[in-house]
Amino acid sequence: MKYLLAWLFGVFSLLGSAVALERSPDALVQQVTDDVLTIVRQDKDIQSGDTSKALRLVETKVLPYFDFQRMTALAVGRNWSKATPEQKQRLSEEFKNLLVRTYSNALTSYKDQTISYRPSNFEAADTEVVVKTEVKQPGGKPIPLNYALEKQGGEWKVYDVIVSGVSLVTNYRGSFSREVHSSGIDGLIQMLGDRNKQLASSSK
Amino acid sequence: MKPPFSRRLVACACAATMLAVSGCATVDHRDPADPFEGFNRAMFAVNEGLDTVAIKPVAKGYDAVAPLPVKVAVGNFFGNIWDSWTAINNLLQGKGGDALSDVGRVLINSTVGIGGAFDVASEMGLTKHSEEFGQTLGKWGVPDGPYFYWPFIGPRTTRDTFGWLVDTYYDPVWRVDNVPLRNSLVAVRYTDLRASFLPADKIIEEAAFDKYSYIRDAYLQNRRSAIFDGNPPSLFTEDNYDY
Repeated sequence: MKYLLAWLFGVFSLLGSAVALERSPDALVQQVTDDVLTIVRQDKDIQSGDTSKALRLVETKVLPYFDFQRMTALAVGRNWSKATPEQKQRLSEEFKNLLVRTYSNALTSYKDQTISYRPSNFEAADTEVVVKTEVKQPGGKPIPLNYALEKQGGEWKVYDVIVSGVSLVTNYRGSFSREVHSSGIDGLIQMLGDRNKQLASSSK
Repeated sequence: MKPPFSRRLVACACAATMLAVSGCATVDHRDPADPFEGFNRAMFAVNEGLDTVAIKPVAKGYDAVAPLPVKVAVGNFFGNIWDSWTAINNLLQGKGGDALSDVGRVLINSTVGIGGAFDVASEMGLTKHSEEFGQTLGKWGVPDGPYFYWPFIGPRTTRDTFGWLVDTYYDPVWRVDNVPLRNSLVAVRYTDLRASFLPADKIIEEAAFDKYSYIRDAYLQNRRSAIFDGNPPSLFTEDNYDY
């Protein structure tokens, strides 16, 4: 009996991990969105604009599903190939902090919106997909909110967030390339670092 | 003796062209979509000033005073008026099904939805679309043209500036005969629209390194997406995608 239980337990945990690996990208987006919004709906601090609390929420619940290296590469564009591995690392770290803050700020302005998931058509063999959702708000037109995901070793990672057709990542291309043009990759790292420091000190 | 007028005109044009070209050369990384960046940045500064001292405080007051059901009803009311224009534009773009659905929305919301205050049609599954003449022109193949930033109305490409003029000409709110009523309606609609952008203010303020270009780039991306009804062909070719 003991063995049977152990065996069953083993099978279930195997099944569990298999299910996690096989999770479709739209199911992943839906689960993460639902998890985060369930917390925000109950959290009066976040609703009243507590950015640092929202930051912690995003860091624990959302961050693991984002590929910041790829996001940064997309935002930097062709200058990315000129960066050393160490510069790439630092750029990604700074850009990650900035995007996490943007995302957290968006959460603190959450009020009565609901999210609907639009049917996405992709094949089982696809490794790049776009999951489409819509933010519905009373009295306004629905805002399309799409996520671009890439399959990496059996797991899906978000590499772009597109609000009303505006990519939060590629929208930085112009200002990033101007900065690299005038002050180089290190100038860009500096610019991002300065902004993050300024935002971190102002939110305290 | 003065040179003939045509000669002077040519000389003048040459000088102007040289000035324009040298002007281009002094600005690094100029966006080809935004040839009048100097003018636009000046207008942007004017708008930011107006917004800070007048428009945003009024919108904030409205947002604080009006209860949510009132704001929802105001948004629905003006949305319902716009839906009729959306229907016409969907028809002009050859999207008959959408146009029909939009007409249905106006009929339902104007009656059952009590003059448009309630968006009953959305509850019934008739999706709200949003089209204007600029999108219709885009669908017909009219290119963007240079980007502009106008006082009050904000960012518009050249095509969308013409689109906006046609929109305003059609706009039932601007056609109200009673002038004080018309002005009040326009003001309430403008305030409600501005209030709906209040949450975005902080996000843009913190996310953007150069607010002017952040808004410009976002506007141009948004328009591209709107013209393709949310499915624009990918901009990422191998050339700018490699890393």
